[in-house]
Amino acid sequence: MSETNKEQDKTKELDSRLEDLDAKLAHMNQKSEQTNKAQHGTGANASGLAMAWRLGSEFIAGVFVGGAIGWLLDTWFGLAPWGMIIFTLLGFVAGMLNMLRSAGKIAPPGQ
Amino acid sequence: MANDPIQQFQINKIFSLGEVGGVEFAMTNSAIFMIATIVVISGFLIMSTSGRGLVPSRWQSTAELIYELVASTLRNTAGTEGMKFFPLVFSLFTFVLTANLIGMFPYFFTVTSHIIVTLALALLVITTVILYGFMRNGMGFLKLFVPSGVPGAILPFIVIIEILSFLSRPISLSLRLFGNMLAGHIVLKVFAGFVVSLTAAGAAGWLGAIFPFAMTIALTALEFLVACLQAYVFTILTCVYLNDAIHPSH
Repeated sequence: MSETNKEQDKTKELDSRLEDLDAKLAHMNQKSEQTNKAQHGTGANASGLAMAWRLGSEFIAGVFVGGAIGWLLDTWFGLAPWGMIIFTLLGFVAGMLNMLRSAGKIAPPGQ
Repeated sequence: MANDPIQQFQINKIFSLGEVGGVEFAMTNSAIFMIATIVVISGFLIMSTSGRGLVPSRWQSTAELIYELVASTLRNTAGTEGMKFFPLVFSLFTFVLTANLIGMFPYFFTVTSHIIVTLALALLVITTVILYGFMRNGMGFLKLFVPSGVPGAILPFIVIIEILSFLSRPISLSLRLFGNMLAGHIVLKVFAGFVVSLTAAGAAGWLGAIFPFAMTIALTALEFLVACLQAYVFTILTCVYLNDAIHPSH
């Protein structure tokens, strides 16, 4: 009997802790949402245009650099067409990474 | 062709400075406007700081405003340690800003609308980052390309992608400034060209020309904004990259 009681107590304690955590998380989410909104709200037009340029150039630069390195490897080592194919794809990935980074969706490098 | 929107970016030789190794060095309109930019910046700063009043004059407080803007940007992104790069960052910011703004005068040449100029500036930044990064951190600088907590199996891919991402920085930095200035000036010229062509078509044309004319005015305002904004974006990204050199893994 006492065993089951103890177990019930334990589950109750866990439940209450879970609830606490939920409340805390909800509070934090709300806070970050508010700050996000505040950041997006300021000068939506001008900063939106700047953001578009920024993301676009990050992405293009990634693909461009990947393609250029692939082409160089092809000409140096006679790997054509594999260097360019693989490195353009990797450049695509790097461009995406840059883009997400500058949008603040992924942690910056070295973390 | 007065209406050709690309013609404004033509580089013209003003006079030749002689040859070095078979390559001609010429004074071009681009070079003259670069010199003009530097003269304007130097003149402005020398004039505005000559008073050194405890209660700043209008000119002095403008100069202080620019100083504070760059210094706080640098401090916020790269920390107080980043302040040793202040001369570089301040020069870049004032150069890009002044070159952009000088380009807003009609018939003036926009130095930053040529990718070779913006790429040179971006390469200067990235070379500084790489050299200082290795000087300060030694091989530890390479940690920038190795994120922690990545499984060993995919680590080589991640490292290659990180290196590509690092190498694309000067490209995107220069492409952004160049693209913004080039596109803005072309669009402005195209709309202004509509006004000219429409007014040639008689009274109805004059009436119709009101719309592109209004658009030109709006775009001019937007271009001023873009000129300042892009100079700031260039500066802030310079600070972010310098921060990577100072703290490759934090």
